[in-house]
Amino acid sequence: MGDSSKEGQAKPASSSRRYLLWATGAVGAVGAISVAVPFVSSMLPSARARAAGAPVEVDVSRLEPGMMVTVEWRGQPVWIVHRTQEMIEAIPKWADRLADPDSSQPLQPAYVDKNTRAIKPDYLVLVGICSHLGCSPSEKLKAGPDSGLGADWLGGFYCPCHGSKFDVSGRVLKGMPAPNNLKVPPYRYLTDTRILVGEDSKGA
Amino acid sequence: MRILKTLVLAAAFPVVAFAAGGHVALDRAPIDNHDTASLQRGAKLFVNYCMGCHGAQYMRYNRLTDLGITEQQIKDNLMFNADKVGEPMLSSMDAKAAAKWFGAQPPDLSVVARSRGADWLYTYLRTYYRDDSRATGWNNLAFPNVGMPHVLWELQGTQELEAREGSGDGHGASHAAPSLKLVSAGAMPPKQYDAAVADLVNFLVYLGEPARTHRVQLGMLVLLFLGVLFVVAYPLKKEFWKDIH
Amino acid sequence: MSSNTKTGALVQWIDERFPLTSLWKEHLSEYYAPKNFNFWYYFGSLALLVLVIQILSGIFLTMHYKPDASQAFGSVEYIMRDVPWGWLVRYIHSTGASMFFVVVYLHMLRGLLYGSYRKPRELVWIFGVLIYLCLMAEAFFGYLLPWGQMSYWGAQVIVNLFSAVPFIGEDLSIWIRGDYVVSDATLNRFFAFHVIAIPLVLVGLVAAHIIALHEVGSNNPDGVDIKKNKDPKTGIPLDGIPFHPYYTVKDIVGVVVFLMVFSIIVFFMPELGGYFLEYNNFIPADPLKTPAHIAPVWYFTPYYAMLRAVPAMFGSQFPGVVVMGAAVLIFFALPWLDRGKVKSIRYRGPRYKAALAGFIVSFVILGWLGVEPTDFLGKVPGTSLEVATLLARVFTLAYFAFFVLMPWFTANDTEKPEPQRVTW
Repeated sequence: MGDSSKEGQAKPASSSRRYLLWATGAVGAVGAISVAVPFVSSMLPSARARAAGAPVEVDVSRLEPGMMVTVEWRGQPVWIVHRTQEMIEAIPKWADRLADPDSSQPLQPAYVDKNTRAIKPDYLVLVGICSHLGCSPSEKLKAGPDSGLGADWLGGFYCPCHGSKFDVSGRVLKGMPAPNNLKVPPYRYLTDTRILVGEDSKGA
Repeated sequence: MRILKTLVLAAAFPVVAFAAGGHVALDRAPIDNHDTASLQRGAKLFVNYCMGCHGAQYMRYNRLTDLGITEQQIKDNLMFNADKVGEPMLSSMDAKAAAKWFGAQPPDLSVVARSRGADWLYTYLRTYYRDDSRATGWNNLAFPNVGMPHVLWELQGTQELEAREGSGDGHGASHAAPSLKLVSAGAMPPKQYDAAVADLVNFLVYLGEPARTHRVQLGMLVLLFLGVLFVVAYPLKKEFWKDIH
Repeated sequence: MSSNTKTGALVQWIDERFPLTSLWKEHLSEYYAPKNFNFWYYFGSLALLVLVIQILSGIFLTMHYKPDASQAFGSVEYIMRDVPWGWLVRYIHSTGASMFFVVVYLHMLRGLLYGSYRKPRELVWIFGVLIYLCLMAEAFFGYLLPWGQMSYWGAQVIVNLFSAVPFIGEDLSIWIRGDYVVSDATLNRFFAFHVIAIPLVLVGLVAAHIIALHEVGSNNPDGVDIKKNKDPKTGIPLDGIPFHPYYTVKDIVGVVVFLMVFSIIVFFMPELGGYFLEYNNFIPADPLKTPAHIAPVWYFTPYYAMLRAVPAMFGSQFPGVVVMGAAVLIFFALPWLDRGKVKSIRYRGPRYKAALAGFIVSFVILGWLGVEPTDFLGKVPGTSLEVATLLARVFTLAYFAFFVLMPWFTANDTEKPEPQRVTW
């Protein structure tokens, strides 16, 4: 530090110089990262997007057995099916025709049954988007040949885009273009007839 | 050419009394953006007295959690015009009908505190007086010939303009400050009314920029950080410039 | 040391394909700048910093802003409230706009103080004036985007200036607006100019400005040419020091102090008393209601005062427009108007010093007059002339006198002799 080298020529780095370079570099790097945070965060969903994607409350008291309503949640169709007794009884009969009958893929919240894929078997809540390429399947809830899907059809869903078939729990049949079961969104019961789609059941 | 002339004239001579520059001296609004109780009272006044006609379309109800209240409290106490707590604070009045009734659509109040300023709002909401020459029966010192009637009159009571006194303070008689006199009492005594208006203005200032409190807090942190950066960057410069000196 | 040789190999690989090392040397580590730079020499790097800040914050604003007359005002409030951290990005951009002019005005004043526009730096100066013009266009186009009352009426008045052009004016202004008034079409094209057209030109001009500067070398507070005294062995100017590391570490300190000022504005006074964000601009644009008092943003007000100072002639505002344009364009002529033998204010004679002081005072007073309404000082007793208009006329003349009379007062000034070496 004491030696005077020629003006305008950088000296070999002294230890205090090295230390100050590191210190300035480190503090500067912290600053640069801190500045990046708000800019990167500004690309996250805005309050408007979050408000639009807020949980949706559905009153199912007037939904007859065998009927289905579609509600919009985060811009996606969510089906709520009031399953009849026959439909519920048909669920185990599908098992050997399904690709993943026990819902081993994590496409549903942990608190739903693996076979009925519902909190209460009577009401199925499902994101109506095909796991293949994102079309929205049509309901083919009626069993039998009238469905146009063969006499052994037990009632479920059919995707018009590439012909994938799903059972009445949204489980995909074997050998279909769709690789996975349909998704079950997080939901919970506010009362026996009011379902909140988009929010997990707390504690329960 | 004609348009330009008009514009240059408009710039030179304020013919359109747009900012409603009344000649009253503005009272300083006694507000504090950290006083959440005041902000909550202001929010309640806003929802009850203003939102019948005005909206705050850029504000979402759930943002009011800034004021130290829960979404459930917002739903129960403040939300009359919306179903979901994430919805914007829209007026309950149909905009077209409003334009018909008042001659103009009541302006959105989201950023009114930013264009008018707190002191103007505080003065304006306290200087309504009876004026039978107006269709609404009301006039205002800060906003002469205002279109809005005195919505808070039940709280404030009725004021009248006192006869102007000729004693000027050197500026001539015409500039003597007009004064108002309370002729019939309202539900609130004057001090309480002033405090209520301060709460409302406090809320309007918050409404104009909900991020303000956070902004100031963050600013302290940023300056502190830059101070640290200076403390290392300046010795670094000194160290290198030893070569030159 | 293996990491060093690996880095070395990578750099060599790049150098065989792209002149990385030679660019680094030419512009930083072996760019020899005079060692006597003072306070005024921070503003060049700071201008570059603000350019980067504006481009970055601008990109993120563009992700949320809607250039549509019915949505623009709302989308700005959307950014201020609903977008996470949107308020910060927006305040950085609005503060940056004004700070750009603060920095550039100080940078230009530095040029006037030390004669940085003189031979051989004429092109550096010309590129600089072009950058200034671009900045004004950029600021003007950008100011319409929030679609508040000041945005709208500011654009209306400025676009109408073009209608003062003889013969084609009316059609010209309609062509600029794409409509008979400032409207959605105008907003859309201004957006295009603001976010892509002008920034591209601006970045190109900044590159040209720096390349030209590094070709001829930097001036300094003494105005002496450091290339006259080189080390006979190395060929390095005796009074020159490598820009990197000496001026990089020095500029970092300047940047930190600048960022403190910048942060104080962004976090504690983003409106800066209505000068950086005008209060009336929080009222959505209303084509049917002109605000009582419209003034451009502070950085345009000197020129606006000149525009208003010139009376209409032959029923046309055109002379005012010409004067306003000339006030900016006359900067281009500066290198050829100055006949002084020395560059720096340190060795200039009293005439130049007085003239420069008069010029600065004129510019500042014109700026102040441009902010206020023309009747704010009352009338000259016994006439219908506004005092403010009279003042504006006097200082407009003073402004132009600085340039027009420069060949005379610089040629016959009692200057001090320039030193051989920089003073240190």
